[in-house]
Amino acid sequence: MALEDTPRSQSESSPSLLNAIAAWPVRVLFTILDVPLRGLQRLLGIRAMPYIFILPNLAFFGLFVVVPLFINFAFSVTGGTNLYLDERPFVGLEQYGFLFDCGNYLDPTTCREDRFWHGVFNTFTFVFFQVSLIVLFSLITALILNREIRGRGFFRAAFFFPVLLSPVVVALIWKWILLRDGVLNAFLVSVGLDPILYFVSPAWSMFWAIFVSVWAHMGFYTLILLAGLQAIPPDLYEAAEMDGTKRERVFFRITLPLLWPNMLVVIVLALIKAVQIFDEVFVLTGGGPGTATQFIVQYIYTTGFSNQVQNFGLAAAASVVLGVVLFVLTLLQLAASRRKDEA
Amino acid sequence: MKNKLQMTLAMGVAALGLMAGNALAETELRMTWYNDGIEGEVMRGILDKFEADNPDIKVTLDVVPYKAILESLPVQLAAGEGPDIARVTDLGGLSKYYMDLTPYISDPAYWEANFGPFLKWLRQPGDTSSISGFMTQLTVTGPYVNKTLFEQAEVDMPGEGATWDDWAKASKEVADKLDIPIPMAWDRSGHRVAGPAISMGAKMFDADGEPALVDDGLKLMATKLYDWHQDGTMAKELWGSVSGSQYLGANEDFANAKVVMYMSGSWQIPQFADKIGDAFDWWAVPAPCGPAACTGMPGGASLVALKTSKHPEEVGKLMDYLSSEDVLAEFYGKTLFIPGHLGLAAKGIDFATDDPRAKHALSTFSAAVPSISPIAFDLQGYVNNRVMFNALISRLGEAIVGELTLDQAFDRMTQDVEQQIAEKKRGG
Repeated sequence: MALEDTPRSQSESSPSLLNAIAAWPVRVLFTILDVPLRGLQRLLGIRAMPYIFILPNLAFFGLFVVVPLFINFAFSVTGGTNLYLDERPFVGLEQYGFLFDCGNYLDPTTCREDRFWHGVFNTFTFVFFQVSLIVLFSLITALILNREIRGRGFFRAAFFFPVLLSPVVVALIWKWILLRDGVLNAFLVSVGLDPILYFVSPAWSMFWAIFVSVWAHMGFYTLILLAGLQAIPPDLYEAAEMDGTKRERVFFRITLPLLWPNMLVVIVLALIKAVQIFDEVFVLTGGGPGTATQFIVQYIYTTGFSNQVQNFGLAAAASVVLGVVLFVLTLLQLAASRRKDEA
Repeated sequence: MKNKLQMTLAMGVAALGLMAGNALAETELRMTWYNDGIEGEVMRGILDKFEADNPDIKVTLDVVPYKAILESLPVQLAAGEGPDIARVTDLGGLSKYYMDLTPYISDPAYWEANFGPFLKWLRQPGDTSSISGFMTQLTVTGPYVNKTLFEQAEVDMPGEGATWDDWAKASKEVADKLDIPIPMAWDRSGHRVAGPAISMGAKMFDADGEPALVDDGLKLMATKLYDWHQDGTMAKELWGSVSGSQYLGANEDFANAKVVMYMSGSWQIPQFADKIGDAFDWWAVPAPCGPAACTGMPGGASLVALKTSKHPEEVGKLMDYLSSEDVLAEFYGKTLFIPGHLGLAAKGIDFATDDPRAKHALSTFSAAVPSISPIAFDLQGYVNNRVMFNALISRLGEAIVGELTLDQAFDRMTQDVEQQIAEKKRGG
């Protein structure tokens, strides 16, 4: 080997050497697994092998998602305050009966579990406004960030940053801003206005619950829509420009239809997340004033854990009802995306 | 060289083995604790002395937020997990998880003599003899006022025998004159309302000893609280800003001189002595009167041994030490807590403070103990008292913000108590 060849040879062989070192444990593992897997394949046939490979993940999913679902349903048909199922009396659908025992479903005060129904209506209101606003603002932000603007990278990071924060941190920061002596009221007073007691007003509390949630999460959905926008072929826009098509027409005839799959993902994800809202609002408003911002998940938590009499059965029944709602939403998403694929 | 290496390795392994051996011989006890003031530091100092005298026992003090004591600890205990010892305030509600220390303590008679009246708060219905723990403090609810504000506003403080209406009126006058945001504040807690409700004639129990939360006395006090929130005497931000039975204290607002009169209790003394100091005159005043009494609610926190412990003998040894007169005298003296030890209460405690405000508060609350109503004692010892407190505060909060009328709130309180106790009787 010529001396002048040595450095290049060394540099060429270094990555190979590193790769070989990194690959060694994987090779050893595959060698160990090869024998039993070949045996399994001989036994079960090659068609069964994909299921064997996803079995560990399925087992994990089953243990931590499916089994608790069944346990939760079992809790929902039992009563008492014991934690262990075998110590709880079977009560059938009584807990569901308590939840749906209402004189008028549109008036929670006529219901036995009035707080559950307050939670239902509050969640519905929250979901309607929060999802609409999050889709709208995410779309606007994605459209702006898709353009060649100065500091685009910085703004993309800045809009995504709140997504990385813990919901408790987000809620605490906003709570401090909105308190009687907070920054916002200090500003209002400085410009000659009276301070506003936001957390004493049901309307303001709901407004800020929605605002904080949109602020904290829109970065995530903006990224999804931005990815969708960037996947739209630029030739279409060039062709439209050559045709002299107006901007609004371009948006509604080209951008929106091609962005629709991403929009659907955003809408469904936002819907599912919004129905499960709890941590941010619990820290921000505590569910108050009264029950104005108490949502379904807080009702479940309070009923099952924070009351002195921990009514696991009733809380489980409420969470089954919530689960059914989320399941229906998921089915709607599957149906909508299937229809789109067929189209 | 090889021999030296082998020797070094062998010595290292032996040392590791010795350490492991020591660790194995040492018993670790876990104590779950929360703080009102500085008592965690004081307890840690006492535990260090215990460990020095008992090198085979190590005690870990897990300091958690009060909310964790109320919400997380019961779930842990229900799951069969939990510490060896815990400081709790739901004395009767958690009683099914307490360990009977009688076989493991050196002198049960000492416990009966000095903690007797409070031991029954820790017992399940029907149990007349178990010993599970002792009071880390006896507390009494009662009001504090910002005396400096009264002086600045030139408003006389109501005297002995004054009613809640007298104090509400005076506090509002001071607040209006000095532009103080909150004339009167109460901790958002049913326990705080119970004493004044009993003063108004509330009986809390029916003739059979079953809970009967809503009666004329309670309605009278609840209506006052409702009216005070509507006319600005009390700020809706505290009681009206959260839902359910969530606890909110107004101690920070009082310490920041935003409150003229603050209804809380004796456990705030060490915190106020530390945080307020002499910034203004924080003054404990006697419980205002109603037609039936001038009472606060007794209460306190108890250090209890738990059935989840795997080291009952060591727990007994530790509890014997912590409950001894000398150790408790040191604890109460440094923490400025009213003693829950009858012998020490009679002898008096040398409280570690020169603060005249703290001394006055301690003597005011101590003097209030004899006038605590028997109904208040019974309520404090009732195993489901938190069900009643939570129903009271949550529904009253909804009425205050206008979601319910007062009558609807009273109906819901009764319903909530009945439903929860019925659920509890079903099993557990």
